[in-house]
Amino acid sequence: MSEPITGITTPIRMEYRYTPGTATSLFLRAMKEGRFEGRRCPSCQKVYFPPRGGCSMCGVEFAESVPLKNTGTIATYTVVNVNFANRTVDLPYVVAEVKFDGADVTTSLLLKGVGVDEVRQGMRVEAKWIPEDEWDFSLANISHVEALDEPDAPLESYKDAI
Amino acid sequence: MSEEVLSAPHIMEFPYTRSTGPVVGAFLTGLRDQKVLGYQASDGRVMCPPPEFDAGTNAPVDAAGLVEVGAEGVVTSWSWNPVPRDGNPFDRPFAWALVKLDGADSSILHALDADRGAISTGMRVKVRWAEERVGFINDIACFEPA
Repeated sequence: MSEPITGITTPIRMEYRYTPGTATSLFLRAMKEGRFEGRRCPSCQKVYFPPRGGCSMCGVEFAESVPLKNTGTIATYTVVNVNFANRTVDLPYVVAEVKFDGADVTTSLLLKGVGVDEVRQGMRVEAKWIPEDEWDFSLANISHVEALDEPDAPLESYKDAI
Repeated sequence: MSEEVLSAPHIMEFPYTRSTGPVVGAFLTGLRDQKVLGYQASDGRVMCPPPEFDAGTNAPVDAAGLVEVGAEGVVTSWSWNPVPRDGNPFDRPFAWALVKLDGADSSILHALDADRGAISTGMRVKVRWAEERVGFINDIACFEPA
């Protein structure tokens, strides 16, 4: 006789169609062309990347878009020791909060080429793009970030992004 | 400047695994074996599907004491589903029905495969068992006219 039932799987699936707003569309169109595009708050002058429609601190709508560089600083990071569904990265790995040069907020990206015991705040990194013929309207155009052969950035330069 | 509005599918999936607990586990084990189990409550009524606690005494239900009810019963309420969704038991219009199985005093919700015009409250229906049963509510494929 078969074993009694003690567990069941109850998968839940939701199918949405996502339509980005103006700021995210600006960001995604720039990504498709291999560029980083942020937006600046006219009140506090902070640059958001990825851009948003308005400044969450000032409550002001953004107007000016700002091209950003491919390089940045690790403001903070997480060492991931437990994989989740659909992740195929070898454990452990580092997810870095990267403050790209010219931006005032951070973006979460996979860090490669640096051991989990070597990563540190202030580390300078560069975004690595997937092959150009695969670029889409997606942040996934950035496969990961890698360390630059540069001295660490001073805390002062990224402390407001932590 | 007018540009095409960006739009993309966004699919969220949660592959949950759930522990059944003793009562639901026994109920599902029963379905796998083509038996529908209920619980005879402290007030004498038979509840199907069985609850995990007695509504009168709040005592935990002992899964070993579940009783078998009939695989036939009567429709106590129903609702027509004209536009089935993904994950529904049928890809054509069907009814959801509350069925009070013979020997039970409460009703179980499941799909009813019948023409809309043939369905009425009080009609006799029976379980159509799934060919392959795994210990899940879908082991009852649906109800059909008895």
